[in-house]
Amino acid sequence: MSLTDQTIVDARECAARYPDSRSALLPLLHLVQSAEGTVTSDGIALCADVLGLTTAEVAGVATFYTMYKRHKVGRYHVGVCTNTLCAVLGGDAIWDALSERLGVGHDEVTADGTISLERIECQAACTHAPVMTANWEFLDDMDVPRALEVVEKLRAGEPVMSTRGPRIGTFQEIERSLAGFDDGLANEGGKDVRMLAGLDYAKQHGMSAPAGPAHSPLSVAKTEG
Amino acid sequence: MPLTPILTAHWDDEDSHTLTGYRRHGGYDMVAVTLNSNPDDVINLVKESGLRGRGGAGFPTGMKWSFVPQNDGKPHYLVVNADESEPGACKDIPLMMANPHALIEGCILASYAIRANHAFIYIRGEVPHVIRRVAAAAREAYSAGLLGKNIQGSGFDLDLVVHAGAGAYICGEETALLDSLEGRRGQPRLKPPFPAVAGLYASPTVINNVETIANIPTIVRNGADWFKQFGTEKSPGFKLFAVSGHVERPGIYEAPLGTTMRELLDYAGGVRKGHELKFWIPGGSSVPMLMPEHLDTPLTYEDMGALGTMLGTGTPMVFDETTSVVRAISRWIHFYKHESCGKCTPCREGTFWLDQILERFENGTAAETDIEKVDEICKQIAGRSFCALGDAASTPYAPALRYFREEFLAGTHTPANQLFDPVASTVFTGAMA
Ligand SMILES: Cc1cc2nc3c(=O)[nH]c(=O)nc-3n(C[C@H](O)[C@H](O)[C@H](O)COP(=O)(O)O)c2cc1C
Ligand code: SF4
Ligand code: FES
Repeated sequence: MSLTDQTIVDARECAARYPDSRSALLPLLHLVQSAEGTVTSDGIALCADVLGLTTAEVAGVATFYTMYKRHKVGRYHVGVCTNTLCAVLGGDAIWDALSERLGVGHDEVTADGTISLERIECQAACTHAPVMTANWEFLDDMDVPRALEVVEKLRAGEPVMSTRGPRIGTFQEIERSLAGFDDGLANEGGKDVRMLAGLDYAKQHGMSAPAGPAHSPLSVAKTEG
Repeated sequence: MPLTPILTAHWDDEDSHTLTGYRRHGGYDMVAVTLNSNPDDVINLVKESGLRGRGGAGFPTGMKWSFVPQNDGKPHYLVVNADESEPGACKDIPLMMANPHALIEGCILASYAIRANHAFIYIRGEVPHVIRRVAAAAREAYSAGLLGKNIQGSGFDLDLVVHAGAGAYICGEETALLDSLEGRRGQPRLKPPFPAVAGLYASPTVINNVETIANIPTIVRNGADWFKQFGTEKSPGFKLFAVSGHVERPGIYEAPLGTTMRELLDYAGGVRKGHELKFWIPGGSSVPMLMPEHLDTPLTYEDMGALGTMLGTGTPMVFDETTSVVRAISRWIHFYKHESCGKCTPCREGTFWLDQILERFENGTAAETDIEKVDEICKQIAGRSFCALGDAASTPYAPALRYFREEFLAGTHTPANQLFDPVASTVFTGAMA
């Protein structure tokens, strides 16, 4: 896939979502990555064109954000959280094992173009440490053998499920979702024991919050007034 | 204090994230009630409840809303901060995954109160499944006539845009978030003017955290007195506590503010078997660490403040005796260096120097004078930086040094991974042995 007339149509649709079209620049850069795999010069020109900006303005924004890539990433872009909590709970060991197995380091791609690796920061999933991502979908509660297995499967083109989401799509597919286009996957997966830990405990121990009054104070005020 | 599942009450329903699932338990019932009231009454109710922002700073929400000028002829905006990227914070992402409609109902009520016809939910980009869920929920709400023009015949219009970021912790800082949402580099703005006066597109804007806004429907439904029965006078209500680290059952525990860490640890099954607590952090890496002797202090804004730390995001991280404090601090400092937006010199240069010196401690090659040097650099950054990220970067070191000076001294001759076997602190120690 690359930039087509459809990309321009989609870009205009993004721009129309906002009171001021420039606000669509971040989604548009995701859209460019979904078409091109990276933020290319042509992609920058397209954003500038649709939003009435200069290419320098667009490039200045693109370089600020870590999710926009100037070099090709793999079909599956794999992240290992190496922020403190995950690192300590096993993220560093997972990173070392993956990097060694794949023969690539941070921000590098395997020769066959299937996998790229990135040391990522806290993914707001610390309750599920050590955390990995593939094309940003959660791979929670990882250990070294499972991390290696996931990567081997992705490499071989076998299906891999996110632990709290759908089957992991390609980098370009997910970039399209981030640009705000529905992929029909919202109902897949989603919950697990960690998210429900407190609720489960409360239910097992008969704990619950006291009920409130029968009517909202706003509707009471209305009838009284 | 017992657990009080309120926001989390129905997360175990298979369809809790759908309109049907949310409506089954009275979801969106408060829309008609609110749209039939005076917006000022909604603001007053939230003020009376004492709700404080759940994004970290704990600013009173009703007061923030009342700063928005009225009848100024400008459009008003509500912006939900769903950037959740503070190391240790992991409560907004699960909330949006399990119950995105609570957030959307909150957006409707809050927008009506501040007279906004446009709301934005700015979600960090690295969570596609959460973005899908919130976007799908918004589409459902539009189809049901809960968003869009003339909501439920009230004459109130609200458009809601779900917006994905692109990887930058600084975009959680509210003015950087606004610049990012305007399609610029996410760098903080000078305050004043405050966003309530000149925010998005230079118009009055309220920025609130996900959990803050998700609280609004329950407050409207149950009233201020009900809300204030939880927590303390200065910290009313309940909180999604996300407990992570070396505990038996890490996860989300919803409990009244004022619950203690000892109680949360108990719910979470305690520190993992065969180990003991070394230190813990109440609310994200940007707040000072605490020790075992602080386990009985109520988790409130005021009590954490009295201990010299902060409640922050209310997402405690727990570390046991296998953890190297030097390694932990060094990694957080590395994070701040990576995320410094580069706008101001103390933070840009300071975090760069800190990172290098902390790495020396970790490698066992620091000089003894480095101990004071780090302290000095932190003091140069704190209070002299353009935004709170600089302050955050200068926070973790001093308390760590106070409690664990000998580990930093050891960093002048012995690498951290010789003092603390990294394998011992992993969750899969058994599996690797
Ligand atoms: C570096 C930095 C990162 C922040 N990240 C977040 C965040 O991810 N989510 C959030 O709600 N607040 C974050 N904040 C706080 C926001 O600036 C703001 O205070 C908050 O969104 C206000 O919402 P509240 O009043 O409902 O808490 C951050 C602040 C700083 C300085
Ligand atoms: S303190 Fe750091 S993040 Fe904040 S403006 Fe300065 S350089 Fe940017
Ligand atoms: S530290 Fe890895 S997800 Fe938070």
